[in-house]
Amino acid sequence: MASVWVFIEEEDGAPATVGLELLTKARSLGDVTVVYSGPGSDQAFATLGEHGAARVLHADPGDALPSAPVAAAIAARCESEAPDLILFGQTYTDRDVAGRLAARLGRSVLSNASDVELRDEAVVTTHEISGGTQIATAEVAGEKPHIVLVRPKSFPVEPAGGGAPQVEKLDLPDVGRSAARIVEHHVEEREGPQLEDAAVIVSGGRGLGSAEAFGMVERLAKLLNAATGATRAIVDAGWVPYAMQVGQTGKTVKPDVYIACGISGAMQHLVGMKDSKTIIAINKDPDAPIFSIADLGIVGDVHNVLPKLIEALENR
Amino acid sequence: MQVVVCVKQIPDPSGTYTLDPETHFLVRPDEQVLDDTDRYGVEMGLQIAQAHGGSVTLVSMGPKGSMQGIRQALAMGADRAVVVDDADLKGSDALTTAQVLAAAIQRTGFDLVITGTESTDGYSGVVPQMLAELLDVPALTYATEVEARDGKVTINRQTSAGYDVVEASLPAVVSVTAGVVEPRYPTFKGIMDAKKKEVEELTASDLGVDTSLRQRVTAVEPAPEREAGVKIEDDGEAHLKVVELLQQKKVI
Repeated sequence: MASVWVFIEEEDGAPATVGLELLTKARSLGDVTVVYSGPGSDQAFATLGEHGAARVLHADPGDALPSAPVAAAIAARCESEAPDLILFGQTYTDRDVAGRLAARLGRSVLSNASDVELRDEAVVTTHEISGGTQIATAEVAGEKPHIVLVRPKSFPVEPAGGGAPQVEKLDLPDVGRSAARIVEHHVEEREGPQLEDAAVIVSGGRGLGSAEAFGMVERLAKLLNAATGATRAIVDAGWVPYAMQVGQTGKTVKPDVYIACGISGAMQHLVGMKDSKTIIAINKDPDAPIFSIADLGIVGDVHNVLPKLIEALENR
Repeated sequence: MQVVVCVKQIPDPSGTYTLDPETHFLVRPDEQVLDDTDRYGVEMGLQIAQAHGGSVTLVSMGPKGSMQGIRQALAMGADRAVVVDDADLKGSDALTTAQVLAAAIQRTGFDLVITGTESTDGYSGVVPQMLAELLDVPALTYATEVEARDGKVTINRQTSAGYDVVEASLPAVVSVTAGVVEPRYPTFKGIMDAKKKEVEELTASDLGVDTSLRQRVTAVEPAPEREAGVKIEDDGEAHLKVVELLQQKKVI
Protein backbone atom coordinates (compact mmCIF):
# COMPACT_ATOMS: atom_id res chain seq x y z
CA MET A 1 0.00 0.00 0.00
CA ALA A 2 1.19 3.46 -0.82
CA SER A 3 1.54 5.91 2.01
CA VAL A 4 -0.47 9.07 1.28
CA TRP A 5 -0.38 12.17 3.43
CA VAL A 6 -3.01 14.89 3.28
CA PHE A 7 -2.33 18.38 4.60
CA ILE A 8 -5.42 19.89 6.19
CA GLU A 9 -5.73 23.33 7.67
CA GLU A 10 -8.18 24.12 10.46
CA GLU A 11 -10.83 26.66 9.53
CA ASP A 12 -13.33 27.96 12.10
CA GLY A 13 -12.45 25.11 14.46
CA ALA A 14 -13.03 22.35 11.91
CA PRO A 15 -11.04 20.71 9.11
CA ALA A 16 -11.23 22.81 5.92
CA THR A 17 -13.71 21.33 3.43
CA VAL A 18 -11.11 20.97 0.71
CA GLY A 19 -9.11 18.83 3.15
CA LEU A 20 -12.02 16.42 3.56
CA GLU A 21 -12.34 16.27 -0.24
CA LEU A 22 -8.68 15.28 -0.48
CA LEU A 23 -9.03 12.82 2.37
CA THR A 24 -11.94 11.13 0.57
CA LYS A 25 -9.78 10.78 -2.54
CA ALA A 26 -6.67 9.74 -0.63
CA ARG A 27 -8.46 6.65 0.78
CA SER A 28 -8.53 5.18 -2.72
CA LEU A 29 -4.79 5.76 -3.16
CA GLY A 30 -3.30 4.17 -0.07
CA ASP A 31 -2.93 4.36 3.72
CA VAL A 32 -3.77 7.85 4.84
CA THR A 33 -2.07 10.11 7.35
CA VAL A 34 -3.39 13.63 7.89
CA VAL A 35 -1.03 16.47 8.72
CA TYR A 36 -3.37 18.80 10.57
CA SER A 37 -2.43 22.42 11.12
CA GLY A 38 -4.34 24.43 13.71
CA PRO A 39 -5.36 24.40 17.38
CA GLY A 40 -7.06 21.00 16.98
CA SER A 41 -9.82 19.39 19.10
CA ASP A 42 -11.26 15.94 19.76
CA GLN A 43 -14.16 16.86 17.54
CA ALA A 44 -11.92 17.95 14.65
CA PHE A 45 -9.87 14.75 14.97
CA ALA A 46 -13.07 12.67 15.07
CA THR A 47 -14.16 14.30 11.79
CA LEU A 48 -10.82 13.34 10.24
CA GLY A 49 -11.29 9.76 11.49
CA GLU A 50 -14.80 9.58 10.06
CA HIS A 51 -13.39 10.54 6.68
CA GLY A 52 -10.75 7.88 6.67
CA ALA A 53 -7.71 9.17 8.56
CA ALA A 54 -6.14 6.39 10.61
CA ARG A 55 -3.44 8.69 11.91
CA VAL A 56 -3.12 12.41 12.45
CA LEU A 57 0.12 14.36 12.81
CA HIS A 58 -0.98 17.48 14.63
CA ALA A 59 0.93 20.73 14.20
CA ASP A 60 -0.20 23.77 16.16
CA PRO A 61 1.62 26.86 14.91
CA GLY A 62 -0.13 29.16 17.41
CA ASP A 63 0.35 32.74 16.26
CA ALA A 64 3.19 31.84 13.89
CA LEU A 65 2.51 32.03 10.17
CA PRO A 66 2.35 28.27 9.53
CA SER A 67 4.33 27.95 6.27
CA ALA A 68 7.96 27.88 7.42
CA PRO A 69 7.70 25.89 10.68
CA VAL A 70 5.08 23.43 9.41
CA ALA A 71 6.99 22.80 6.16
CA ALA A 72 10.18 22.21 8.16
CA ALA A 73 8.41 19.76 10.48
CA ILE A 74 6.85 17.83 7.59
CA ALA A 75 10.21 17.71 5.79
CA ALA A 76 11.84 16.23 8.89
CA ARG A 77 9.12 13.57 9.12
CA CYS A 78 9.46 12.74 5.44
CA GLU A 79 13.01 11.66 6.12
CA SER A 80 12.02 9.12 8.74
CA GLU A 81 8.73 7.94 7.19
CA ALA A 82 9.14 8.37 3.40
CA PRO A 83 5.53 8.94 2.27
CA ASP A 84 4.81 8.38 -1.43
CA LEU A 85 2.50 11.35 -1.96
CA ILE A 86 1.45 14.50 -0.10
CA LEU A 87 -1.77 16.20 -1.16
CA PHE A 88 -2.59 19.86 -0.56
CA GLY A 89 -5.51 22.05 -1.62
CA GLN A 90 -4.94 24.94 -4.03
CA THR A 91 -5.63 27.40 -1.20
CA TYR A 92 -3.66 30.15 0.54
CA THR A 93 -1.99 28.35 3.42
CA ASP A 94 -1.75 25.04 1.59
CA ARG A 95 0.17 26.73 -1.22
CA ASP A 96 2.48 28.34 1.32
CA VAL A 97 3.31 25.09 3.10
CA ALA A 98 3.57 23.02 -0.10
CA GLY A 99 5.89 25.54 -1.76
CA ARG A 100 8.27 25.76 1.16
CA LEU A 101 8.19 21.99 1.69
CA ALA A 102 8.95 21.27 -1.97
CA ALA A 103 11.84 23.73 -2.02
CA ARG A 104 13.21 22.17 1.15
CA LEU A 105 13.00 18.65 -0.23
CA GLY A 106 14.00 19.60 -3.78
CA ARG A 107 10.77 18.19 -5.25
CA SER A 108 8.52 19.33 -8.04
CA VAL A 109 5.00 20.53 -7.26
CA LEU A 110 2.10 19.71 -9.53
CA SER A 111 -0.35 22.62 -9.16
CA ASN A 112 -4.02 23.02 -10.00
CA ALA A 113 -4.71 19.31 -10.35
CA SER A 114 -8.30 18.17 -10.77
CA ASP A 115 -7.43 14.49 -10.36
CA VAL A 116 -4.47 12.47 -9.10
CA GLU A 117 -3.37 8.85 -9.46
CA LEU A 118 -0.32 6.87 -8.42
CA ARG A 119 1.09 4.68 -11.18
CA ASP A 120 4.07 2.53 -10.29
CA GLU A 121 6.65 4.99 -9.04
CA ALA A 122 5.09 8.06 -10.67
CA VAL A 123 2.28 10.44 -9.81
CA VAL A 124 -0.06 11.27 -12.68
CA THR A 125 -2.28 14.31 -12.48
CA THR A 126 -5.05 15.84 -14.54
CA HIS A 127 -5.28 19.60 -15.12
CA GLU A 128 -7.97 21.67 -16.74
CA ILE A 129 -6.22 24.26 -18.88
CA SER A 130 -7.31 27.03 -21.24
CA GLY A 131 -10.37 27.79 -19.14
CA GLY A 132 -11.28 24.12 -18.95
CA THR A 133 -11.47 23.58 -22.72
CA GLN A 134 -8.47 21.26 -22.61
CA ILE A 135 -7.35 18.53 -20.26
CA ALA A 136 -3.63 18.10 -19.68
CA THR A 137 -2.09 15.01 -18.13
CA ALA A 138 1.16 15.55 -16.27
CA GLU A 139 3.58 13.20 -14.65
CA VAL A 140 6.39 13.37 -12.14
CA ALA A 141 8.60 10.35 -11.63
CA GLY A 142 11.75 10.29 -9.53
CA GLU A 143 12.25 10.84 -5.88
CA LYS A 144 9.34 10.81 -3.45
CA PRO A 145 7.31 12.22 -1.85
CA HIS A 146 5.38 13.59 -4.79
CA ILE A 147 3.66 16.85 -3.95
CA VAL A 148 0.35 17.78 -5.55
CA LEU A 149 -1.92 20.80 -5.11
CA VAL A 150 -5.55 19.99 -5.95
CA ARG A 151 -8.23 22.54 -6.83
CA PRO A 152 -11.12 22.71 -4.35
CA LYS A 153 -14.30 20.84 -5.33
CA SER A 154 -12.42 18.31 -7.42
CA PHE A 155 -13.73 15.44 -5.27
CA PRO A 156 -16.90 14.93 -3.24
CA VAL A 157 -16.70 14.59 0.55
CA GLU A 158 -17.76 11.11 1.64
CA PRO A 159 -17.46 9.81 5.20
CA ALA A 160 -15.88 6.36 5.57
CA GLY A 161 -17.24 5.66 9.03
CA GLY A 162 -13.85 5.31 10.71
CA GLY A 163 -13.29 5.77 14.44
CA ALA A 164 -11.11 8.24 16.28
CA PRO A 165 -7.65 8.39 14.71
CA GLN A 166 -4.36 8.02 16.47
CA VAL A 167 -3.12 11.56 17.10
CA GLU A 168 0.55 12.37 17.32
CA LYS A 169 2.01 15.79 18.06
CA LEU A 170 4.23 17.22 15.33
CA ASP A 171 6.87 19.39 16.99
CA LEU A 172 7.58 22.63 15.16
CA PRO A 173 11.22 23.67 14.93
CA ASP A 174 12.53 27.19 15.38
CA VAL A 175 12.85 28.53 11.84
CA GLY A 176 15.09 31.46 12.76
CA ARG A 177 14.93 34.32 10.31
CA SER A 178 12.17 32.65 8.22
CA ALA A 179 9.66 33.19 11.03
CA ALA A 180 6.61 35.45 10.68
CA ARG A 181 3.91 36.18 13.20
CA ILE A 182 0.16 36.74 12.87
CA VAL A 183 -0.65 39.70 15.10
CA GLU A 184 -4.34 40.22 14.28
CA HIS A 185 -7.19 38.30 12.65
CA HIS A 186 -9.92 40.21 10.82
CA VAL A 187 -13.13 38.54 9.78
CA GLU A 188 -15.04 40.42 7.10
CA GLU A 189 -18.76 40.46 7.72
CA ARG A 190 -20.53 38.76 4.86
CA GLU A 191 -24.25 38.72 4.38
CA GLY A 192 -26.28 35.93 2.84
CA PRO A 193 -25.02 32.60 1.54
CA GLN A 194 -21.28 32.04 1.03
CA LEU A 195 -19.92 31.57 -2.48
CA GLU A 196 -18.51 28.13 -1.81
CA ASP A 197 -21.77 26.56 -0.71
CA ALA A 198 -24.49 28.67 -2.35
CA ALA A 199 -27.02 26.84 -4.53
CA VAL A 200 -27.40 29.94 -6.68
CA ILE A 201 -24.74 32.51 -7.60
CA VAL A 202 -25.18 35.82 -9.40
CA SER A 203 -21.90 37.19 -10.74
CA GLY A 204 -20.93 40.45 -12.38
CA GLY A 205 -18.20 41.41 -14.83
CA ARG A 206 -16.82 44.38 -16.66
CA GLY A 207 -19.93 44.58 -18.87
CA LEU A 208 -21.70 46.19 -15.92
CA GLY A 209 -19.74 49.33 -16.79
CA SER A 210 -19.35 50.73 -13.29
CA ALA A 211 -19.04 49.77 -9.63
CA GLU A 212 -22.50 51.26 -8.97
CA ALA A 213 -24.09 48.88 -11.47
CA PHE A 214 -22.94 45.97 -9.30
CA GLY A 215 -25.90 46.98 -7.12
CA MET A 216 -28.15 45.24 -9.67
CA VAL A 217 -26.23 42.01 -9.18
CA GLU A 218 -26.65 42.35 -5.42
CA ARG A 219 -30.39 43.02 -5.71
CA LEU A 220 -30.92 40.04 -7.98
CA ALA A 221 -28.85 37.85 -5.65
CA LYS A 222 -30.94 38.91 -2.67
CA LEU A 223 -34.18 38.03 -4.46
CA LEU A 224 -32.87 34.57 -5.28
CA ASN A 225 -31.17 34.00 -1.91
CA ALA A 226 -27.97 33.72 -3.93
CA ALA A 227 -24.34 34.54 -3.24
CA THR A 228 -22.66 37.28 -5.27
CA GLY A 229 -19.56 36.61 -7.34
CA ALA A 230 -17.30 38.64 -9.57
CA THR A 231 -14.66 38.38 -12.27
CA ARG A 232 -11.03 39.19 -11.71
CA ALA A 233 -11.37 42.25 -13.94
CA ILE A 234 -13.79 44.02 -11.61
CA VAL A 235 -11.98 42.87 -8.47
CA ASP A 236 -8.74 44.33 -9.87
CA ALA A 237 -10.65 47.48 -10.76
CA GLY A 238 -11.58 47.75 -7.08
CA TRP A 239 -15.37 47.56 -7.61
CA VAL A 240 -15.80 44.61 -5.24
CA PRO A 241 -13.60 42.81 -2.68
CA TYR A 242 -11.33 39.94 -3.64
CA ALA A 243 -13.38 37.51 -1.52
CA MET A 244 -16.01 37.61 -4.30
CA GLN A 245 -13.66 36.56 -7.07
CA VAL A 246 -14.60 33.42 -8.99
CA GLY A 247 -12.00 31.85 -11.25
CA GLN A 248 -8.49 30.56 -11.52
CA THR A 249 -7.11 32.99 -8.97
CA GLY A 250 -10.34 33.14 -6.98
CA LYS A 251 -12.87 30.57 -5.84
CA THR A 252 -14.03 27.46 -7.65
CA VAL A 253 -17.81 27.13 -7.49
CA LYS A 254 -20.30 24.51 -8.62
CA PRO A 255 -23.76 25.87 -7.80
CA ASP A 256 -27.06 24.58 -9.21
CA VAL A 257 -27.56 27.87 -11.06
CA TYR A 258 -24.92 30.44 -12.06
CA ILE A 259 -26.09 33.74 -13.53
CA ALA A 260 -23.28 35.62 -15.32
CA CYS A 261 -24.09 39.30 -15.83
CA GLY A 262 -21.87 41.29 -18.19
CA ILE A 263 -19.22 38.57 -18.12
CA SER A 264 -17.50 37.79 -21.42
CA GLY A 265 -16.00 34.54 -20.17
CA ALA A 266 -12.24 34.96 -19.93
CA MET A 267 -10.45 31.63 -19.40
CA GLN A 268 -9.48 32.83 -15.96
CA HIS A 269 -13.16 33.05 -15.01
CA LEU A 270 -14.55 30.00 -16.84
CA VAL A 271 -12.30 27.54 -15.05
CA GLY A 272 -13.82 28.59 -11.73
CA MET A 273 -17.49 28.19 -12.68
CA LYS A 274 -17.89 26.03 -15.78
CA ASP A 275 -19.03 23.02 -13.76
CA SER A 276 -22.12 24.84 -12.47
CA LYS A 277 -25.20 22.70 -13.21
CA THR A 278 -27.10 25.42 -15.07
CA ILE A 279 -25.48 28.54 -16.50
CA ILE A 280 -27.40 31.64 -17.52
CA ALA A 281 -25.43 34.39 -19.27
CA ILE A 282 -26.43 37.93 -20.16
CA ASN A 283 -23.95 39.78 -22.37
CA LYS A 284 -24.05 42.33 -25.18
CA ASP A 285 -21.44 40.62 -27.34
CA PRO A 286 -22.97 37.68 -29.25
CA ASP A 287 -19.49 36.18 -29.69
CA ALA A 288 -18.61 36.24 -25.97
CA PRO A 289 -17.04 32.89 -24.96
CA ILE A 290 -19.42 32.62 -21.99
CA PHE A 291 -22.20 31.70 -24.46
CA SER A 292 -20.37 28.54 -25.47
CA ILE A 293 -21.02 27.07 -22.02
CA ALA A 294 -24.33 28.77 -21.16
CA ASP A 295 -27.54 26.76 -21.03
CA LEU A 296 -29.46 29.98 -21.57
CA GLY A 297 -27.63 32.85 -23.23
CA ILE A 298 -29.22 36.25 -23.62
CA VAL A 299 -27.55 38.59 -26.08
CA GLY A 300 -28.49 41.90 -24.59
CA ASP A 301 -27.43 44.79 -22.40
CA VAL A 302 -27.38 43.98 -18.69
CA HIS A 303 -28.68 47.49 -18.10
CA ASN A 304 -31.90 46.57 -19.91
CA VAL A 305 -32.29 42.94 -18.94
CA LEU A 306 -31.39 43.03 -15.23
CA PRO A 307 -33.82 45.80 -14.14
CA LYS A 308 -36.66 43.98 -15.90
CA LEU A 309 -35.67 40.66 -14.39
CA ILE A 310 -35.47 42.20 -10.92
CA GLU A 311 -38.86 43.83 -11.37
CA ALA A 312 -40.45 40.60 -12.62
CA LEU A 313 -39.11 38.73 -9.59
CA GLU A 314 -40.23 41.44 -7.16
CA ASN A 315 -43.73 41.33 -8.60
CA ARG A 316 -44.15 37.62 -8.17
CA MET B 1 16.39 49.61 1.13
CA GLN B 2 17.31 47.24 -1.67
CA VAL B 3 14.06 46.11 -3.30
CA VAL B 4 13.89 43.30 -5.87
CA VAL B 5 10.69 42.81 -7.84
CA CYS B 6 10.19 39.55 -9.72
CA VAL B 7 8.43 40.08 -13.04
CA LYS B 8 7.48 37.85 -15.94
CA GLN B 9 6.97 38.41 -19.63
CA ILE B 10 3.99 36.45 -20.91
CA PRO B 11 2.19 36.04 -24.23
CA ASP B 12 -0.54 38.67 -24.55
CA PRO B 13 -3.35 37.15 -22.44
CA SER B 14 -6.04 38.64 -24.68
CA GLY B 15 -4.90 36.33 -27.47
CA THR B 16 -5.03 32.53 -27.56
CA TYR B 17 -2.19 30.46 -26.17
CA THR B 18 -0.57 27.83 -28.34
CA LEU B 19 1.14 24.74 -27.03
CA ASP B 20 3.97 22.96 -28.80
CA PRO B 21 2.36 19.77 -30.14
CA GLU B 22 5.30 17.62 -29.02
CA THR B 23 6.47 19.01 -25.73
CA HIS B 24 3.16 20.70 -24.78
CA PHE B 25 5.22 23.70 -23.65
CA LEU B 26 3.67 27.11 -24.11
CA VAL B 27 4.84 28.72 -27.35
CA ARG B 28 6.27 32.13 -26.46
CA PRO B 29 6.26 34.75 -29.20
CA ASP B 30 9.10 37.23 -29.51
CA GLU B 31 6.78 40.03 -28.44
CA GLN B 32 5.65 39.30 -24.91
CA VAL B 33 4.03 41.69 -22.45
CA LEU B 34 4.56 42.35 -18.76
CA ASP B 35 2.21 40.11 -16.76
CA ASP B 36 -0.45 42.54 -15.65
CA THR B 37 -0.34 41.25 -12.08
CA ASP B 38 3.34 42.26 -11.89
CA ARG B 39 2.50 45.93 -12.32
CA TYR B 40 1.22 45.90 -8.73
CA GLY B 41 4.50 44.51 -7.43
CA VAL B 42 6.54 47.03 -9.40
CA GLU B 43 4.41 49.89 -8.08
CA MET B 44 4.68 48.60 -4.51
CA GLY B 45 8.45 48.31 -4.86
CA LEU B 46 8.76 51.81 -6.26
CA GLN B 47 6.66 53.30 -3.46
CA ILE B 48 8.71 51.58 -0.77
CA ALA B 49 12.04 52.53 -2.36
CA GLN B 50 10.90 56.11 -2.84
CA ALA B 51 9.62 56.45 0.73
CA HIS B 52 12.68 55.02 2.45
CA GLY B 53 15.44 55.56 -0.07
CA GLY B 54 16.79 52.69 -2.10
CA SER B 55 16.67 51.04 -5.46
CA VAL B 56 14.36 48.71 -7.36
CA THR B 57 15.89 45.87 -9.36
CA LEU B 58 13.71 43.70 -11.60
CA VAL B 59 14.55 40.01 -11.80
CA SER B 60 12.98 37.93 -14.53
CA MET B 61 13.32 34.47 -16.02
CA GLY B 62 12.24 33.47 -19.52
CA PRO B 63 13.00 34.12 -23.17
CA LYS B 64 13.88 37.81 -23.35
CA GLY B 65 12.46 38.25 -26.86
CA SER B 66 11.98 41.89 -27.69
CA MET B 67 12.15 42.76 -23.95
CA GLN B 68 8.96 44.74 -24.36
CA GLY B 69 7.58 43.52 -21.03
CA ILE B 70 10.79 44.27 -19.12
CA ARG B 71 10.93 47.75 -20.69
CA GLN B 72 7.34 48.32 -19.54
CA ALA B 73 8.38 47.71 -15.94
CA LEU B 74 11.55 49.80 -16.32
CA ALA B 75 9.44 52.61 -17.79
CA MET B 76 7.38 52.65 -14.59
CA GLY B 77 10.58 53.62 -12.78
CA ALA B 78 12.55 50.52 -11.80
CA ASP B 79 16.30 51.17 -11.80
CA ARG B 80 17.68 48.11 -13.54
CA ALA B 81 16.84 44.58 -14.60
CA VAL B 82 18.41 41.14 -14.50
CA VAL B 83 17.03 38.73 -17.10
CA VAL B 84 17.82 35.03 -17.04
CA ASP B 85 17.28 33.63 -20.52
CA ASP B 86 18.43 30.12 -21.33
CA ALA B 87 16.98 27.66 -23.86
CA ASP B 88 17.64 24.88 -21.34
CA LEU B 89 15.09 26.45 -18.99
CA LYS B 90 12.22 25.78 -21.40
CA GLY B 91 9.53 23.78 -19.63
CA SER B 92 11.00 24.39 -16.17
CA ASP B 93 8.78 23.73 -13.18
CA ALA B 94 8.12 26.13 -10.31
CA LEU B 95 11.11 24.84 -8.33
CA THR B 96 13.66 25.43 -11.10
CA THR B 97 12.12 28.87 -11.64
CA ALA B 98 12.47 29.64 -7.94
CA GLN B 99 16.05 28.32 -7.90
CA VAL B 100 16.98 30.58 -10.81
CA LEU B 101 15.28 33.62 -9.30
CA ALA B 102 16.81 32.93 -5.87
CA ALA B 103 20.31 32.65 -7.31
CA ALA B 104 19.89 35.86 -9.30
CA ILE B 105 18.51 37.66 -6.25
CA GLN B 106 21.34 36.44 -3.99
CA ARG B 107 23.77 37.81 -6.52
CA THR B 108 22.05 41.20 -6.56
CA GLY B 109 21.51 41.43 -2.82
CA PHE B 110 18.14 42.32 -1.27
CA ASP B 111 16.24 43.54 1.75
CA LEU B 112 12.80 42.94 0.29
CA VAL B 113 11.65 40.75 -2.60
CA ILE B 114 8.23 41.48 -4.07
CA THR B 115 6.35 39.07 -6.34
CA GLY B 116 2.82 38.58 -7.61
CA THR B 117 0.85 35.70 -6.13
CA GLU B 118 0.93 33.65 -9.35
CA SER B 119 1.64 34.27 -13.01
CA THR B 120 -1.17 34.63 -15.51
CA ASP B 121 0.27 32.06 -17.93
CA GLY B 122 1.49 29.37 -15.52
CA TYR B 123 -0.55 29.65 -12.33
CA SER B 124 1.52 27.25 -10.26
CA GLY B 125 1.10 29.66 -7.35
CA VAL B 126 4.06 28.43 -5.32
CA VAL B 127 7.10 30.30 -6.65
CA PRO B 128 7.10 33.09 -3.99
CA GLN B 129 7.02 30.52 -1.17
CA MET B 130 9.78 28.42 -2.75
CA LEU B 131 11.84 31.52 -3.29
CA ALA B 132 11.50 32.43 0.39
CA GLU B 133 12.53 28.95 1.48
CA LEU B 134 15.60 29.00 -0.78
CA LEU B 135 16.57 32.45 0.52
CA ASP B 136 15.78 31.41 4.11
CA VAL B 137 13.45 34.34 4.72
CA PRO B 138 9.75 34.57 5.62
CA ALA B 139 7.13 34.51 2.84
CA LEU B 140 4.45 37.07 3.61
CA THR B 141 1.88 36.05 1.04
CA TYR B 142 -1.29 37.41 -0.63
CA ALA B 143 -0.68 40.93 0.67
CA THR B 144 -3.43 43.50 0.24
CA GLU B 145 -1.41 46.11 2.15
CA VAL B 146 2.32 46.36 2.77
CA GLU B 147 4.43 48.50 5.05
CA ALA B 148 8.20 48.05 5.18
CA ARG B 149 10.47 50.12 7.40
CA ASP B 150 12.99 49.96 10.22
CA GLY B 151 13.99 46.42 9.39
CA LYS B 152 10.43 45.17 9.67
CA VAL B 153 7.65 44.34 7.21
CA THR B 154 3.95 44.21 8.04
CA ILE B 155 1.23 43.11 5.63
CA ASN B 156 -2.48 42.46 5.53
CA ARG B 157 -2.64 38.87 4.34
CA GLN B 158 -5.76 37.87 2.44
CA THR B 159 -7.54 34.88 4.03
CA SER B 160 -10.76 33.11 3.11
CA ALA B 161 -12.49 34.79 6.06
CA GLY B 162 -11.02 38.29 5.71
CA TYR B 163 -7.42 39.16 6.39
CA ASP B 164 -4.67 38.68 8.97
CA VAL B 165 -2.07 41.23 9.94
CA VAL B 166 1.30 39.46 9.64
CA GLU B 167 4.70 40.81 10.57
CA ALA B 168 8.28 39.69 10.19
CA SER B 169 11.80 41.01 10.14
CA LEU B 170 13.50 41.96 6.90
CA PRO B 171 14.84 40.48 4.70
CA ALA B 172 11.62 38.93 3.43
CA VAL B 173 9.61 37.89 0.39
CA VAL B 174 6.20 39.53 0.00
CA SER B 175 3.67 38.36 -2.61
CA VAL B 176 1.10 41.01 -3.48
CA THR B 177 -2.45 40.68 -4.79
CA ALA B 178 -3.77 42.86 -7.56
CA GLY B 179 -5.19 46.01 -6.04
CA VAL B 180 -2.54 46.33 -3.29
CA VAL B 181 -1.67 49.71 -4.84
CA GLU B 182 -2.73 51.55 -7.97
CA PRO B 183 0.00 51.00 -10.59
CA ARG B 184 1.24 54.16 -12.29
CA TYR B 185 1.27 54.57 -16.04
CA PRO B 186 4.70 55.12 -17.52
CA THR B 187 5.35 58.72 -18.51
CA PHE B 188 6.92 59.64 -21.84
CA LYS B 189 10.15 60.40 -20.00
CA GLY B 190 9.92 57.05 -18.24
CA ILE B 191 9.58 55.24 -21.55
CA MET B 192 12.56 57.10 -23.01
CA ASP B 193 14.69 56.52 -19.89
CA ALA B 194 13.82 52.81 -19.88
CA LYS B 195 15.65 52.34 -23.16
CA LYS B 196 18.90 53.43 -21.53
CA LYS B 197 18.60 51.47 -18.29
CA GLU B 198 20.94 48.60 -17.54
CA VAL B 199 19.65 45.12 -18.33
CA GLU B 200 21.97 42.33 -17.28
CA GLU B 201 21.54 39.03 -19.12
CA LEU B 202 22.42 35.74 -17.46
CA THR B 203 22.09 32.03 -18.21
CA ALA B 204 21.24 29.14 -15.89
CA SER B 205 24.86 28.03 -15.87
CA ASP B 206 26.01 31.53 -14.85
CA LEU B 207 23.88 30.93 -11.78
CA GLY B 208 24.83 27.28 -11.32
CA VAL B 209 21.26 26.02 -11.52
CA ASP B 210 20.52 22.48 -12.70
CA THR B 211 18.01 22.67 -15.55
CA SER B 212 16.93 19.02 -15.79
CA LEU B 213 13.18 18.70 -16.10
CA ARG B 214 11.27 17.04 -13.27
CA GLN B 215 7.74 17.07 -14.65
CA ARG B 216 6.40 16.27 -18.03
CA VAL B 217 3.07 16.85 -19.70
CA THR B 218 2.22 13.57 -21.38
CA ALA B 219 -1.01 14.54 -23.14
CA VAL B 220 -3.30 17.46 -23.88
CA GLU B 221 -6.78 16.63 -25.07
CA PRO B 222 -9.93 18.61 -25.68
CA ALA B 223 -12.24 18.53 -22.66
CA PRO B 224 -15.67 16.95 -23.11
CA GLU B 225 -17.80 19.78 -24.42
CA ARG B 226 -20.73 21.06 -22.49
CA GLU B 227 -23.95 20.59 -24.37
CA ALA B 228 -24.77 23.76 -26.26
CA GLY B 229 -27.65 25.68 -24.80
CA VAL B 230 -30.11 28.20 -26.18
CA LYS B 231 -28.93 31.67 -27.22
CA ILE B 232 -31.51 34.37 -27.81
CA GLU B 233 -31.39 38.06 -28.73
CA ASP B 234 -32.97 40.32 -26.14
CA ASP B 235 -36.17 41.62 -27.70
CA GLY B 236 -37.19 43.38 -24.50
CA GLU B 237 -38.80 40.22 -23.11
CA ALA B 238 -35.76 37.98 -22.71
CA HIS B 239 -35.86 38.32 -18.92
CA LEU B 240 -39.03 36.21 -18.96
CA LYS B 241 -36.97 33.29 -20.30
CA VAL B 242 -34.73 33.63 -17.25
CA VAL B 243 -37.76 33.62 -14.94
CA GLU B 244 -39.06 30.53 -16.72
CA LEU B 245 -35.75 28.67 -16.35
CA LEU B 246 -35.46 29.66 -12.68
CA GLN B 247 -38.95 28.25 -12.11
CA GLN B 248 -38.05 25.08 -13.95
CA LYS B 249 -34.96 24.69 -11.76
CA LYS B 250 -37.10 25.40 -8.69
CA VAL B 251 -35.00 28.38 -7.66
CA ILE B 252 -38.21 30.40 -7.40
